Amino acid sequence: MDLNYTPRQQAFRQEVRAWLKDNLPAQKLASYDTREGFEQHREWERKLFDARLSMVMWPEELGGRGCDLTEWLIFEEEYYAADAPMRVNQNGQLLLGPTLMEFGTEAQKKRFLPRMAASDDMWAQAWSEPNAGSDMAAISSKAIRDGDHYIINGQKTWSTRAIYADWAFGLFRSDADSKRHHGLSFLMVPLDAEGVTIRPIKALNGKDAFAEIFFDNVRVPVENRIGEEGSGWHVAMATAGFERGLLLRSPARFQQPVRKLIELYKANQASADRDPSIRDAVMEVWAGAEAYALSAYQSVGRLARGEKIGAESSINKIIWSELDLKIHETAMRILGARGELLASAPQNEDDHGWLEGFLFAQAGPIYAGANEIQRNIIAERMLGLPKA
Amino acid sequence: MDFTFTDDERAFQDAISRFLMTEAAPEALREIWETDAGRSPDLRNKMAEQGLTALSIPEEAGGLGMGDVVWSLMTQELGYYGIPDSLADTAYVSAGLIAALPETVADRSGWLEQIAEGSIRIAVGHPINPLVADAHLADFSLLNHEGEIHAVPRSLIDVEHNASIDSSRRLCRVMWEPSSATRIADAETGAPIWEEALNRGALSVAGQLLGLAQRMLDLSVDYVAQRKQFGKPIGSFQAVKHHLADVASKIEFAKPVLYRAGYSLQHGDADAALHISQAHIACAEAAHLAARHGIQVHGAMGYTWEVDLQMFMKRTWALESSWGDRAFHKARISAAIFADDAPLGPGQTFGRS
Repeated sequence: MDLNYTPRQQAFRQEVRAWLKDNLPAQKLASYDTREGFEQHREWERKLFDARLSMVMWPEELGGRGCDLTEWLIFEEEYYAADAPMRVNQNGQLLLGPTLMEFGTEAQKKRFLPRMAASDDMWAQAWSEPNAGSDMAAISSKAIRDGDHYIINGQKTWSTRAIYADWAFGLFRSDADSKRHHGLSFLMVPLDAEGVTIRPIKALNGKDAFAEIFFDNVRVPVENRIGEEGSGWHVAMATAGFERGLLLRSPARFQQPVRKLIELYKANQASADRDPSIRDAVMEVWAGAEAYALSAYQSVGRLARGEKIGAESSINKIIWSELDLKIHETAMRILGARGELLASAPQNEDDHGWLEGFLFAQAGPIYAGANEIQRNIIAERMLGLPKA
Repeated sequence: MDFTFTDDERAFQDAISRFLMTEAAPEALREIWETDAGRSPDLRNKMAEQGLTALSIPEEAGGLGMGDVVWSLMTQELGYYGIPDSLADTAYVSAGLIAALPETVADRSGWLEQIAEGSIRIAVGHPINPLVADAHLADFSLLNHEGEIHAVPRSLIDVEHNASIDSSRRLCRVMWEPSSATRIADAETGAPIWEEALNRGALSVAGQLLGLAQRMLDLSVDYVAQRKQFGKPIGSFQAVKHHLADVASKIEFAKPVLYRAGYSLQHGDADAALHISQAHIACAEAAHLAARHGIQVHGAMGYTWEVDLQMFMKRTWALESSWGDRAFHKARISAAIFADDAPLGPGQTFGRS
């Protein structure tokens, strides 16, 4: 055990810190849940890519730096500490990217990954359907083979920022008679294809944050399939593992708001201390964010030693989503009667965006596999309890 | 940066675990409870043969020269098997305290050798604890008088026994007269040594609580997998599963907190006290939840004397306020993180860089 950063790791931290200091946008970008903000974030991603900082863990030939997971944690720490913009293309870069690297053909990797790293292509997910939420194996959208194309019919939903995105990826039933997790194929679909209709769904924050996607005889070439026909479930699950879960929500993403929450508490201490449980809640989320960071470093070390990490990713999901909720609930309690004010309200004094974060935190225990499902996974796969 | 244990460290832990599994089964512990002394010299000798008492003694004094990081694995095993207090108090807390004494203390190296060979029991009377565990059996007790450290032989103390809900605890009120003959360090020398002993005691308890949590989780998993109601194992019901999944989550996230606290103490990190209080609270929360959900999923059986769960629950309830109660550790965390120069935010986890 050695909990010191190497000189190389320290130098990387300094490099990232210095670059961010020189290059951060002068003004806060608009919300990436709006068209204007989405394009501003795309420009920022391009800037990151040009500095080879968009996907630091990707190999150099794909525009990355070949960093290991520890260096990635360092990058994330600096990124969040600098209050840099949210990453708009994470669904592609962090969810589809690793899948392509593991299961994609050389031609697919060359075609999709560099454009993804540069955010020339923005990606949306197409997993959930109206009748396939937590029960994803109930997918019914079909992709029926017709020569060197698939013809897609059906509906996907809860597709984040799909109305602004260029591509979507997801699972479709390529064997019309198949059941459950058999007969599914993993396809990439250009969202400007004929027969694709995207209808925004207004989210809790009033913005078009996600969407339904309708497919009406959409023709997609066979070369847009990842992995074998009918093995889509395997492809989707094989990379749904620990590393991807960690990448999606790095500890720094929670340590930074905790630092600000402590500032918020101190700035409003006289008022907050009327309810002593507020101070206790602040300490609790501090401990939660630190434990998440320590756990991440421990997991990264174990992965580096060749260990496999399985159902612990379900624990991570529960921990960060409930932590995020608690952080923002505590902030709202400190803000008290001013907490309800929107950013546009003249009397708003919340320059961090606690209210917006509070709204988004409500979704955490639901998306990426509802926490009830995660608890089932922990009980069945880690503890070995029988299925219902 | 490498936040993992070596294969040797893990192998040592496994060996100790296998040894305690056979030598410290619940039936054996229940028999030991019934004895007046509450301790088994036989078990104690066998633990010494396994190297447990020599673990943190420097190699030149006949020990293995390991530190708090390895102890954070061992204390989990002590907790998992419900091993009574005096082993950790002697081999870990006292060993650290004695090693920190000035070389001028005549008995220092002799005591360390005796700890290593397992021929001595030492009790620690730190002011944070109202009573002294195992003072009735200890060859001598390390006691605090206005900050001074005194080494007081058994013959110079009177003890009043105080029964605990945890039948493996033997708590004593110690009555004694400080004298220049028993004093081994003055208050100025003693202050940092007592502080370090407190941190080591708290870390020892944290590790044991985490081991207790794991034991109660394992007992509960076994129970709900075999107990049937409505024609099915109750462990197939989601409400029961989720109780135990929450315990597993608490345990997993307390582990790295404990290990980092051990590392900080071993390496003299400026924030060691903060990290140790963080570990004490995280491990106590895991154990407390394991007890609460453990008894719930055991149903009425969990409320019996017969089922072993009670042994580990009661030890949890006893230890979670030992070497600093929750309020004490919360206060230390509060003082640290609300300070003006607190190490907060991303990148500060491993020191103020």
